[in-house]
Amino acid sequence: MKLSAPAWIALVGLGLATVPFFGLPAFYESFLYLIFSAIVLATSWNILSGYSGYFSFGHGAFFGAGMYTTATLTSKFEIPFLWTLPAAGIIAALLGVGVGAVVFRLRRLRGELFALLTLAVTFVLATIVLNTPIDGGQGVPLTAVTLPAILSSPSSTLYVLGLAMALLTLWIAYSIYLAKLGTGLFAIHDDEDVAEVMGVPTYRYKLIAFGLSCALAGVAGGIHAMFISYVTVGETFSIIVPLNVVLMSVLGGTRHWLGPAVGATVITALLYGFTAGDYPVAGRAAVGLILIVVILFMPEGLLGRFIPRLEGRRRKTTAATPVAAAPAPDAVQASSETLLRINGLSKAFSGVQALDGADVEVRRGEILGLVGPNGSGKSTLINMISGHFRLDSGSIVFDGVDIAGLPAHRVAQAGIARTYQIPRPFAHLSVLQNVTLPAMFGRAALGRGAAESEARYWLEFTGLAEKADALPGELNLHQRKFLELARALASRPRLLLLDEVLSGLTPAEIDHAIATIRTIRDLGATIVFVEHVMHAVMELSDRIVVLNYGKVIAEGKPEEVMRRPEVVTVYLGKPHA
Amino acid sequence: MNFPSWTLLGQSLLSGIFIGSLYGLLGLGLSLSWGMLRQINLAHFALAFLGAYLTFQLTSVGGMDPLLTLGLIAPAFFAFGVLMQWLFSRFSISPFNSLLVTFGLTVIIESLIQWIWTADYRKMDSVYGEMKFKIGSLYVPLPELLTLIIAVTLSLSTWALLRYTDLGKAMRAAAEDPQIAAAFGVNEKRLALLLSGLAATFAGVAGLCLALSYTLSPSQIYAWIGVVFAAVMIGGLGNPIGPLIAGIVIGVAEAMTMALISPAWAPLVSFSLLILVLLTRADKV
Repeated sequence: MKLSAPAWIALVGLGLATVPFFGLPAFYESFLYLIFSAIVLATSWNILSGYSGYFSFGHGAFFGAGMYTTATLTSKFEIPFLWTLPAAGIIAALLGVGVGAVVFRLRRLRGELFALLTLAVTFVLATIVLNTPIDGGQGVPLTAVTLPAILSSPSSTLYVLGLAMALLTLWIAYSIYLAKLGTGLFAIHDDEDVAEVMGVPTYRYKLIAFGLSCALAGVAGGIHAMFISYVTVGETFSIIVPLNVVLMSVLGGTRHWLGPAVGATVITALLYGFTAGDYPVAGRAAVGLILIVVILFMPEGLLGRFIPRLEGRRRKTTAATPVAAAPAPDAVQASSETLLRINGLSKAFSGVQALDGADVEVRRGEILGLVGPNGSGKSTLINMISGHFRLDSGSIVFDGVDIAGLPAHRVAQAGIARTYQIPRPFAHLSVLQNVTLPAMFGRAALGRGAAESEARYWLEFTGLAEKADALPGELNLHQRKFLELARALASRPRLLLLDEVLSGLTPAEIDHAIATIRTIRDLGATIVFVEHVMHAVMELSDRIVVLNYGKVIAEGKPEEVMRRPEVVTVYLGKPHA
Repeated sequence: MNFPSWTLLGQSLLSGIFIGSLYGLLGLGLSLSWGMLRQINLAHFALAFLGAYLTFQLTSVGGMDPLLTLGLIAPAFFAFGVLMQWLFSRFSISPFNSLLVTFGLTVIIESLIQWIWTADYRKMDSVYGEMKFKIGSLYVPLPELLTLIIAVTLSLSTWALLRYTDLGKAMRAAAEDPQIAAAFGVNEKRLALLLSGLAATFAGVAGLCLALSYTLSPSQIYAWIGVVFAAVMIGGLGNPIGPLIAGIVIGVAEAMTMALISPAWAPLVSFSLLILVLLTRADKV
């Protein structure tokens, strides 16, 4: 019989819960408690940092916030210990969400800058705690605080609390891993801008993940305060806590829910072994060495290295499910009704006027070709419609609703999908997952199962069905362009923006792509496409709009517009007659 | 609150400038490797402390003049920096992973220091230690003054090297775009080795200055990380003079906080500054 992961967690948890009844020396319980505590810290850190790639070096701050919350409430206000644990979680979560609310608004504050910032927050918090009555520089003793007698001895009680927290944290990490939240976070990890454009509410997701991560660390801190029974700023807010946590997660594998727990167990046992053997210094050096070796030779971590093979085997068996009945974008007849109206759109990038009062109208069911020389503002226009940039002035009205200034994920959910000129697939997600994501988060907003069959349909449509389980890195340019197309279609858009899908393709591939785009139109989609391949533009477009220096200089039927002298001038220069 | 005397304030200003110049000196190598090699080298601090301990050993036990120890330390550190860069480029380490790898290295060096010199505090006795002179009512300790002079000299000469020599121009080109620079005949791999060696040498020099004026202990390695990163971020990545100026600004701000409010609040100044800079200037990094 095959057990699900939560069943395994519960089973192992039940087994471990019997340990205190064997009458082992307290030493063993304390050792296991330290492992549980490390599991909670590493796994909770991973919920934000591993899943979404925002590596926080501030986990010590939230752990410490929990420790000091419990220390203060129990020793100064005489609140019963167990009651302080929720408070410890809440305080840590509020702190995290407060930091996140500011930091996550800034697009560039990722990677190493986010790590630095969270580290700085730790030191600021440490200084404040040290200099206020919370600590006052003396440390807070908890020796006088009574521990509730859940089990016969204090060490057993702490053991059971630690175990419960570890199980809870693993269960939460596992649930998020499978939930829509987890899918969104993994997409943020690979390419946050694209995730947002596909409909993932990135800001909210990061905040939720950060809040949960901090809350769990806070509760663990509350328990740990009782375990060490003497809380000091120097020990609590040292840089060692976040670095160990990062090390554990990286060692185990940050892309798997169980990875950090594995790393935490290994590292804690190792450090404990060295300390017990009177070689604590050698133990630290060994940990440093392990970190280097893992990054150099196994950047995906233990589980990252070994799990994909197992999953690959399992996936082969599920890949054979039949494709669902053809879902299509809204079948709408071409009409003269306006779907999208852009008025006086302007956008400047530090002095360069990319768009200068452009007016464009897109009619329901048509293919509109957007042409113009390099730098005329075509791609900027696509970026503005999809909500990637904020506009300086003007309006963008989609189906009667002003979408200018909306966050990109709201634009996507309203039914606008786009492709990128240079394909930007989520590098660590399979081709199938890449296409499933917009079906879940875009206008279609399907559940995972339905989204997956939707994705399979569009993979079939674009000829990528064979590659469903491959990673995008294994595709050639032609296939990656079609993956872009499949992703856009899977969200069942009402308006499809194609940014140079044909560039870089061979003539044969271009013919194939033209046929595909025509089929999409026949399904009833409205398409705006930016293109340099003129014969494709002439063949496909119902109407074309010519941009030059951010202004619309011509608009109408392809043959007629391309013959106009001002358009010829833009493309070929002025005749010297 | 008692307002401190002008002499005390002047003395604080001076000590702020002195410690700030050490921030700048530590930040110089860090800024070069971050801005031009895209590596966040945490091990820079561990290297500086290793240098400090080596200076301590050669001076206290070997009886050398502290300044002369550089003759041994500088080439050794240069070689270490070259080796490190070779490893980084061999494994094509991403900026973020460089942070983790160099943290591993930091822990190893810290353990090594603790193993050799124990976790006890060490203070170097040297001929310069007690030397100071007086300007008006202000005391100027010689070791700190030396640090200031060294920091200013190294920062300015690095700036001149990058700005005016062909070698420096090639380095800047390689930092901007290694592939394009290589296409124009710049041997960017060798320049990166040179630059990394230079940064490690600067760590050795900073170590000498640490040994001259400060009490050493292995755990102190971590005490400098935050504030020096703040100086580097504020001063601008890859900018050889920025960290020195920013370092002095931070040093003076800290010294004033100590004099006017309380010494324990001083870290708040540097880290709040760092947070502020990250929030407002992140786009320019």
